[in-house]
Amino acid sequence: MTGRPSSEAKVSREPSPATDRIVEIRGRGLPLRGNDIDTDRIMPARYLRVVSFEGLEGHLFEDDRKSDPRHPFNDPRFAGATLLVVNRNFGCGSSREHAPQGLARCGIRAIVGESFSEIFQGNAAMLGIPCFVADPSSIGRLQELIERTPDAVLDANVESETIVAGSLQVTATLPAALRDGFVSGQWNPTSLLLARFDEVRAVANHLPYISGF
Amino acid sequence: MPQTLFHKVWNAHSVRTLPSGQTQLFVGLHLVHEVTSPQAFDMLRQHGLNVAYPDRTFATVDHIVPTDSRRRPFIDLMAEEMTTALERNCREFGISLWSPDTPEQGIVHVIGPALGLTQPGMTIACGDSHTSTHGAVGAIAFGIGTSQVRDVLASQCLAMEPMKVRRIDVNGRLAAGVYAKDVILTIIRRLGVQGGVGYAYEYGGSTIDRMTIEERMTVCNMSIEGGARAGYVNPDDTTFAFLRGRRFAPQGDAFDRAVSWWRKLASDPGAPYDDRVEIDASTIEPTVTWGINPGQSVSISESIPGSADEEALAFMGFERGRRVQGTRIDVAFIGSCTNGRLSDLEEAARIVRGHHVAPHVKALVVPGSNAVAREAEARGLHEVFRAAGFEWRGAGCSMCLGMNTDRLEGRQVCASSSNRNFKGRQGSPTGRTLLMSPAMVAAAAVAGEVADVRQMLPAPEEVPA
Repeated sequence: MTGRPSSEAKVSREPSPATDRIVEIRGRGLPLRGNDIDTDRIMPARYLRVVSFEGLEGHLFEDDRKSDPRHPFNDPRFAGATLLVVNRNFGCGSSREHAPQGLARCGIRAIVGESFSEIFQGNAAMLGIPCFVADPSSIGRLQELIERTPDAVLDANVESETIVAGSLQVTATLPAALRDGFVSGQWNPTSLLLARFDEVRAVANHLPYISGF
Repeated sequence: MPQTLFHKVWNAHSVRTLPSGQTQLFVGLHLVHEVTSPQAFDMLRQHGLNVAYPDRTFATVDHIVPTDSRRRPFIDLMAEEMTTALERNCREFGISLWSPDTPEQGIVHVIGPALGLTQPGMTIACGDSHTSTHGAVGAIAFGIGTSQVRDVLASQCLAMEPMKVRRIDVNGRLAAGVYAKDVILTIIRRLGVQGGVGYAYEYGGSTIDRMTIEERMTVCNMSIEGGARAGYVNPDDTTFAFLRGRRFAPQGDAFDRAVSWWRKLASDPGAPYDDRVEIDASTIEPTVTWGINPGQSVSISESIPGSADEEALAFMGFERGRRVQGTRIDVAFIGSCTNGRLSDLEEAARIVRGHHVAPHVKALVVPGSNAVAREAEARGLHEVFRAAGFEWRGAGCSMCLGMNTDRLEGRQVCASSSNRNFKGRQGSPTGRTLLMSPAMVAAAAVAGEVADVRQMLPAPEEVPA
């Protein structure tokens, strides 16, 4: 079996660092309390019956929002928010990218939480959405601040790994590779993965199950 | 220096270190299904990219396929559109596809190992979190999102960071009526739904050693429910016997050469682990979930703990201190990539044989693949289930996630052999899922309520040879 890296010749360009760097995200916040919020809740499976991601924002947390009129995504005070503040193990379960796609299309540009599922954090990164991790008390303070003053502007900085909201400043970290990707503008790896395809072929051809044992 | 299987496989597939410090990892097998791929193919077209290794890419339809009638066009128009889109994409990019009308079609995690596509030492990716299933034969297999599906299609590679490895030893004998599903539910309960984040789980110990590959698949399948993106078992003689003669497995002399490579991949004695956990199999009882995540479970003889989460109790309508045993059920579902294989159906059939589903229960069996359905039918299992009042359906994901028309209604309670009891998971926003082994689902279907399968096991002399 041999690779057919016909993609190679067609790579348009490396991402332009000037336009694709993601260092600072500023905007109002949206506090979403609760642990272990899975991607089935973020985007119910019946809305995966689609062949594009368009319009998914309309179904974000649909069942939770219907059962709870006071759900933060129903609350007009938080409409137009940019930073989502969540608790523990956010985005667990299904690997559906439809979940972060819905959030992105709803205007969310960064998420701050106590912890994330690995797949969700990676999927969000592929869309240019950093998932910052902060300690539970910092998350609690951020959520309280936003609930008290929904108009407060938060400033999340990927490079300095801080979230600033008025007089409140908290440390919020990212996995080093994701952080460097956002800062350098190389958070979408497709072109990098295609850049040196001869090396890919060399590794593949060396694998016993490809060379026929 | 001794190494784990994870590190050996990772190193063999590492292309280079990317500027971010991530590894460019070659993906040996890419599995594709209809739900998470259409947008990825569109992205390829948008950027003028092609599929780098179409011969290492295989597709099937599983999530939205109807399980009642396979007649095309499907009555469900969206199912038809998604199936057609996958057919068109696979044709355009030269990828093998098993459509619903082919004998090979089935849940991607059931057919991969059954066809011998899944082999020890491979890296395997699929736009589906239950890809961890394939670790049962000693592969490093994990779920990815659609943008990553695009990357694998375009380059056969992913940008990733290595995982830590936690060794989970399960030692001792499982009692009759206790299954692989109970083992993994117990592991998740012990380590938590987030405990595995950042880890690959390496399962071992005498209990795992004695398990069949199908049982190991059940265990590895739910690694992700414990937060671990990958889970695996070191390849051994059971693995090699399972693979021999399978369609895509190496044949003849190549098989023997493959076995000698596969043997060397197993974790070395003294390999370093980032963490170790030991579980005594003799303490595991039939296990059932009471909450809204797979870590919220109890043994059948146990009461819901005092520390139980309020939100979960309110959603499920349970109270602290009561047992799940005796809970009236509305639906019984046997199937899914966790427990939709032949041995699962055989074990469930043992329980229902000669009994009938309680009158108020809707019960269905959804084989994991067309091949599983054929094998089960050859053994007469469909007749056993039908005689007992179960519906015998076509292969697919079905009521595990309710993407086709098999869904819970309202607040129905479902005894389910699937993998997730999330709010709304089985298609009704207020539907309630109780996860358990297929044998426990069979017992619940007959009793009309959650029951202890140990009290319903046929006496040894009644067990068919």
